[in-house]
Amino acid sequence: VYFTITLSLTRSVSVDLNNDTALIIDIPDALCERDKVKFTVHTKTTLSSFQKPDFSVPRQHEDFIWLHDTLVETEEYAGLIIPPAPPKPDFESPREKMHKLGEGEATMTKEEYTKMKQELEAEYLAVFKKTVQVHEVFLQRLSSHPILSKDRNFHIFLEYDQDLTVRRKNAKEMFGGFFKNMVKTADEVIISGIKEVDDFFEQEKTFLLDYYSKIKDSTIKAEKMTRSHKNVADDYIHISATLSNPPFNTGPVWCRFPQKVEGRVASDQELKLTELLRYYMRDIQAAKDLLYRRARALADYENSNKALDKARLKSRDIPQAEEQQQLCLQKFDKLSESGKRELTSFKGRRVVAFRKNLIEMAELEIKHAKVMLTMIYRCLFDNAYAIMKLALNVVTSRPFP
Amino acid sequence: VCVWGQAEPLNSNGQNSLLEEEEEEEEEGEDLFTGSLSVPLVLSLSRSLSLSLSLSLSLFPSVSLSLSLSLSLSLKATEEVSLDSPERDVLLSDGPSPVTPPASLISPHLPHNHLYTHCSFDEMEEEDTPDLFDISILVSDPEKTSMSLFKSPQATVRRRFSDFLGLHGKLATRYLHVGYLVPPAPEKSIVGMTKVKVGKDDSSSNEFVEKRRAALERYLMRTAKHPVLLKDPDLLTFLECSELPRALSTQALSGAGILRMVNKAADAVNKMTIKMTESDTWFEEKQQKFENLDIQLRKLHCSLDSLVCHRKELSVNTALFAKSAAMLGNSEDHTALSRALSQLAEVEEKVEQLHQDQAGADFYLLAELLADYIRLIGSVKGVFDQRVRLWQRLQDSLLLLQKKRDAEAKLHANKPEKLQQARDDIRELEGKVQQGERDFEQISKTIRKELFRFEKERVTDFKEVIIKYLESLVQTQQQLIKYWEAFLPEAKAIS
Repeated sequence: VYFTITLSLTRSVSVDLNNDTALIIDIPDALCERDKVKFTVHTKTTLSSFQKPDFSVPRQHEDFIWLHDTLVETEEYAGLIIPPAPPKPDFESPREKMHKLGEGEATMTKEEYTKMKQELEAEYLAVFKKTVQVHEVFLQRLSSHPILSKDRNFHIFLEYDQDLTVRRKNAKEMFGGFFKNMVKTADEVIISGIKEVDDFFEQEKTFLLDYYSKIKDSTIKAEKMTRSHKNVADDYIHISATLSNPPFNTGPVWCRFPQKVEGRVASDQELKLTELLRYYMRDIQAAKDLLYRRARALADYENSNKALDKARLKSRDIPQAEEQQQLCLQKFDKLSESGKRELTSFKGRRVVAFRKNLIEMAELEIKHAKVMLTMIYRCLFDNAYAIMKLALNVVTSRPFP
Repeated sequence: VCVWGQAEPLNSNGQNSLLEEEEEEEEEGEDLFTGSLSVPLVLSLSRSLSLSLSLSLSLFPSVSLSLSLSLSLSLKATEEVSLDSPERDVLLSDGPSPVTPPASLISPHLPHNHLYTHCSFDEMEEEDTPDLFDISILVSDPEKTSMSLFKSPQATVRRRFSDFLGLHGKLATRYLHVGYLVPPAPEKSIVGMTKVKVGKDDSSSNEFVEKRRAALERYLMRTAKHPVLLKDPDLLTFLECSELPRALSTQALSGAGILRMVNKAADAVNKMTIKMTESDTWFEEKQQKFENLDIQLRKLHCSLDSLVCHRKELSVNTALFAKSAAMLGNSEDHTALSRALSQLAEVEEKVEQLHQDQAGADFYLLAELLADYIRLIGSVKGVFDQRVRLWQRLQDSLLLLQKKRDAEAKLHANKPEKLQQARDDIRELEGKVQQGERDFEQISKTIRKELFRFEKERVTDFKEVIIKYLESLVQTQQQLIKYWEAFLPEAKAIS
């Protein structure tokens, strides 16, 4: 089974992230071929730094990763929370289903097969929508950030109408990236170990470390829950397929709608809850990275102090040591200052996002439950009506009040 | 409000005979919900009201049967939709039972809808005979009928599982071989019972006991609904007598048990070798249909099992998530958000309970119904096989008769003294053949009737269960709405 999905999304730009009307970015459509996704990144801008006011470019997932990594490696942005990179499009789950469908085709009835194929397509679409959203959000976070939106590489990403491959990491750089990651995890110990002078950062550190582990756990559990929900919805497909055949011959009655509704509940839950948790888990990791960088800077500063003391003791290289110490202090102060700003706005952002998603999720749950109820009542009424019709067919002269 | 109707179309001589051979199976292609039953629609809630309505019916003898269908469509908070499908056979005259006296016309439609065998499980008694299955079940049998067969309107007796099996054994031997569909008893489960006996008080052994209790209740109900079986003295003793002689030979590994297994195997072999020339296409059609139904039911049952399993999983995962969300809420430093997350955790906990209950409904209503019907179809097949066996016996007798007649002809010529003996033999055989033909006739007739009743019962059974299931869904959805609506203001309160 070979799918080519072209998705044209008429999407409304999300309100919180595109405040800065000077630069509006969205991903209006994307093409999915074989598991490679091509995004169309569309920019509308009033800034003079761009050549045109309105333009689009095709981009692949790897281009986004390149952009993210260059930002992370930019020294200047060490005091900023770099928005987390969008995860790779993951079509594993629908692909597995497709496999199962292909294998089981012989044993299924035509109707069941069609239904399962529809479900499969719906799931593919859901994964697709999710990945488009998460890539879009990444760009919009950048465009709404006062400093990052001015980044040169970001502009290149938006504007360069050729293939970005030539600018992307080559193998050597990739290795460097891996190494850095390894070192970073070891340095988490540094963050927790360092003696903190600033109350604000002390609090943040404790909070973020704890919160990260909790939110990671919640994300995993939410994923499991959503997956179970999807399984239940799928079961209804088989049941309704069997019921619509002889000898049962139930009409489009009672089994089709539980399946549709449960399916929607599952996917809405995933979008509003699981995705929310997943995104903020990654965002908190980015905040932790900021803390790490600051901790490193503090360690460097302390080292430079020690070096200065040593130099003074030995009465040698004092000016260099002093200069070094000054640099370290400056860097540390800069990181602390911007870090504080970033972390405060991060909290605000997080609270707003949670609020929005929790409200939407509750509203959707209510809506689906009401839909389900309506259909059940309709089902009961339809049948009561049928029974009544039969009764009325042979009514005697007795009046029906 | 009530609207009267007729039970089914009268045929040409104005009679409504249920023994019709040319009865159309019109409900076959139909939606499960609409059988060929036209019913008077009584929009009331109580049974007693419908009681009095059937009273007046007896004044109109031309209207053959009354079915009162109580379908209350009130849109209150708890949607009560009960579909009591009463019996229709006030005038059912079938075979061995005496003509029901007019007095029973007045009694509410028949034992069936008022005879509910309500099994309530109270406690378990551990007895010291480990081979039998020890469960003590209270069967309360509130019959409001004034049928003369029962001694009192209400009876409560204690029975053991082996008693049920004993009852079934007796009924089977008596009725199966003449073609009646005796409902099969629930199966033994050595694994299940051992867990229970060991005294484990965990949820799985409780579940097992509950499952068994429900199965026994359904079994008894189905047996009691059968008009012929209901009059069986053994069944009546079972339902009423406070002390029952212990049923022996029901143990799985007893001598009798093994004998049963051997017989079953022998029967299976026989079935394969007998080739019957079917003179009546009705039977062929029916057999084919039941084969098909069997397959579909098994498939459906399989899907339902999967549904129950997944819903249970969902319940477990929801509980895990709830705990995790609570921890996250604790960790959150923004007060309003923290409270909202804790509320979310609470909601999810409640939702988990809902999922569990729904899984219970899925199972006890749907899955078990299907399992029952799959076993019932086993009975149906058994009855068909019995008919084939009778036919075989008849053929054998006919063959033997023919041989004897040929032999007699020869003897006539050669040995006149043996003639009398031969003639006697032949006469005996002729009698046997006649009996065999009668038996075959009878069983064919009985089977037709039984299948007809089976079809009707199937429709009503499924209808009832589906309505109950929909009710359970309604319940779940309403609760969901309640919980999420309570949560919404909390989420909105996050500033």
